[in-house]
Amino acid sequence: MTTVFTLPEASTHAARVDGIFAILVVVSALTLALVFGLLVTFAIRYRRGSNAKRGRLPEIVNREFEVSWTAATGFLFVFLFWWAASADVGALTAPTNALEVHVLAKQWMWKTQHSNGAREIDELHVPLGQPVRLVMTSQDVIHSFFVPAFRIKQDVLPGRNTETWFKATKLGVFPLLCAEYCGTDHSAMRGRITVMGEDDYARWLSRQPEGDDLAHLGAKLFVSQGCSGCHAASSSVHAPKLNGLYGRTVQLSDGRQLKADDAYLRDSILQPKRDIVAGFEPLMPSFAGLLDDGEVQSLTAYIRSLGQEQDHE
Amino acid sequence: MSDVVLAGELPFPPRPDYLRAGSTLASWLTTTDHKRIAILYALTITVFFFMGGAAITAVRLELFVPNGWFLSSDTYNRLFSFHGIIMVWFFLVPSIPNTFGNFLMPLMIGAPDVAFPRLNLFSWYLTLVGGVFAVYTLIAGGVDTGWTFYTPFSTMFSNTHVLTAAAAVFVVGFASIATGVNFIATTHMLRAPGMTWFRLPLFVWSIYATSIVMVLSTPVLAISLMLVVAERWLGLPIFDPARGGDPILFQHLFWFYSHPAVYIMVLPAMGVVSEIIPCFARRRLFGYDFMVYAIIAIAGIGFFVWGHHMFVSGQSPYASLIFSFLSFVIAVPSAIKVFNWTASLYRGQISFNSPMLYALGFVGLFTTGGLSGLFLASIPVDVHVTDTYFVVAHFHYIMVGGSVSAFFGALHFWWPKITGKMYPESWAQFAAITMYFGFNMTFLPQFFAGYLGMPRRYHTYPAEFQVYNVMSSAGAAVLAAAYLLPLMYLTWSLLHGKRAPNNPWGATGLEWTTTSPPPPNNFDIQPLVDRGPYQYHAERESAGTDAPEVQNARSLR
Repeated sequence: MTTVFTLPEASTHAARVDGIFAILVVVSALTLALVFGLLVTFAIRYRRGSNAKRGRLPEIVNREFEVSWTAATGFLFVFLFWWAASADVGALTAPTNALEVHVLAKQWMWKTQHSNGAREIDELHVPLGQPVRLVMTSQDVIHSFFVPAFRIKQDVLPGRNTETWFKATKLGVFPLLCAEYCGTDHSAMRGRITVMGEDDYARWLSRQPEGDDLAHLGAKLFVSQGCSGCHAASSSVHAPKLNGLYGRTVQLSDGRQLKADDAYLRDSILQPKRDIVAGFEPLMPSFAGLLDDGEVQSLTAYIRSLGQEQDHE
Repeated sequence: MSDVVLAGELPFPPRPDYLRAGSTLASWLTTTDHKRIAILYALTITVFFFMGGAAITAVRLELFVPNGWFLSSDTYNRLFSFHGIIMVWFFLVPSIPNTFGNFLMPLMIGAPDVAFPRLNLFSWYLTLVGGVFAVYTLIAGGVDTGWTFYTPFSTMFSNTHVLTAAAAVFVVGFASIATGVNFIATTHMLRAPGMTWFRLPLFVWSIYATSIVMVLSTPVLAISLMLVVAERWLGLPIFDPARGGDPILFQHLFWFYSHPAVYIMVLPAMGVVSEIIPCFARRRLFGYDFMVYAIIAIAGIGFFVWGHHMFVSGQSPYASLIFSFLSFVIAVPSAIKVFNWTASLYRGQISFNSPMLYALGFVGLFTTGGLSGLFLASIPVDVHVTDTYFVVAHFHYIMVGGSVSAFFGALHFWWPKITGKMYPESWAQFAAITMYFGFNMTFLPQFFAGYLGMPRRYHTYPAEFQVYNVMSSAGAAVLAAAYLLPLMYLTWSLLHGKRAPNNPWGATGLEWTTTSPPPPNNFDIQPLVDRGPYQYHAERESAGTDAPEVQNARSLR
């Protein structure tokens, strides 16, 4: 738990951030000591009327002196940049074996959904030692998913997925906070992340009411919303087939190429006229307003499962 | 110098100083004298400063306990939004440029007024109109978007007076632009004979650079607010993702203005400190030309670092890397300035009058604030501390610790010139020291609370942060007292203060070679400049205690 003076390091990422933080604290403390030390020393030694030596300035106080401390500061800062940036680049993408959890934010609550369909509100249970990838979207304004103990924060936007990931290294319950101001009850938009042992997690997950998992929900929507009328393999309408689509590079009619990822699928459902696949007519109507964000997430999960099935063949 | 002899021989007809050149209300409200306009601005922003201060006093009182005790969340949100909007656009941005910049810049370059005196007055009226919108917003019920107006909250979800608040900022932005244009033209066109670019006092350089930043960036603020109004009022789809808009676009536009705005607030402060330190250390400023280049570098690079406000927004991680790199780069010229101010004390003859205390306080607080900026430029650390109290502490160190300290430094340094009166020095020293400690008591704990994970703009907060909030609120009480003190003793000095001599500090600038207060046209004889600023002693020598070489060859040296 967070105490008054310490913040637990509960993820692999936390240790890395704290390392950089510590070095920056040391650099800052040394610089402050230097500046304050000089200010105080000069202020006392060269107070008006003191007997300190004055007269002609020593040769060292010259232009080269200025150039050299400029250069030294420059090198130090570039080094700090390189060091912090390389830690950042190393943590950009989640490991491929990460558990996927969907997060839906709205004024003023967090809804989380595990890949087997288990849903939680203002809570998230995760297993220890396994990377967890969060795919997040918002139903209204911008929120921000902030877990201080994991040192992660990511804005959650309407109309778009954003992602972050973590690997928990400590058992316990850690606060989840909304960090982007989102209106009246912004400060009440808090939740809890519970990190459990792998077995406990499996047991907990099996006890949850068996909602359909996302891909199954998506399969039902695929039929009930009429997607299958054009996109099913048996359809006579000339529409792109979706088997194995996920993760592929798509050639568009205007010459661009795009990777078919979650964001692309989402856009294609809600704004189908934006990215027309080469060789197809722009026939598809927009589903914006007909599907809520959770349903779009389900459909996306279904299309992704089609891709994975083909991979197995 | 035949001119000096000439000046000594000719008796001047008696003429009133600028304060006594007219005493009716109309003579003030229709004045085109840059010095009187500076006074109008000073009074206006003082009112706004205390309005913004009152709002944050309520906020700090509320934060004494984790779950609040006298405000609703809605009221709380409106109070911090009002505090931010007022303090940024109605106090900090106009603070030093429009008061001291207006008053001093023409005096320092030896000009009778700014280039466009009527535009100058118009800009003050624009500030008033903007202020009326802001106060109307408050009376009508307030706005709850924060000073940042983030979409889609501001355009589609907030039920408060976003339109009038945006109008307030939009209008006051044009006051900034008008002032900026005016100062740029003044610096280019109205320098006295001999006042070359590298003889300009650093205060003038900093106001000049600030003006360029104002003119280039403020229109972007106006555009982004127009777009907010277009979506909220006219329903045009701009930021709404359901209709193909992009809420992040607003953040890019907003920070393209609002990051340079940080330099609008702090560059003039750096200029002030560069005047005060040499004067009270009796030293030439160390590395004058490097200071000039640093000002230009800060103003220039400042336009290319806005993305460091958006590391967690979902912008491209590669863009974030570039913004991170440039944010470290811009820290170099700031560090150079700190080193140069410090080196200027070496072998000085330092006295600790109140302006110097404020200036030294500025150097300490600016250094602390600047170093905390390195944390925020490092992407992994920023991801953790952004949108927490760490950021709140960081920018208050720069803007309040830095800019407001310098504002008070300037007020005490030039008060004798502006009013012709001396203030009680020991009270002023006491206020300066109280302000320094009150400031640190308020904002130092916020670094800790932020690192431990207390988000900003939280009405209620987890109980473990209470100790930091109580410390912060207690410090704020000390700080508030320190801000009220000058109001009292400076007002007292207007009535009972001793008459100020022309050059009470023995400083070198042109403004000290005219009378205190100056005549309406600034100089009885056109100044002639034959040397750079800050010649407190012979070159390559240490400080002495002799009277310095002022920049004006037509003044008695």
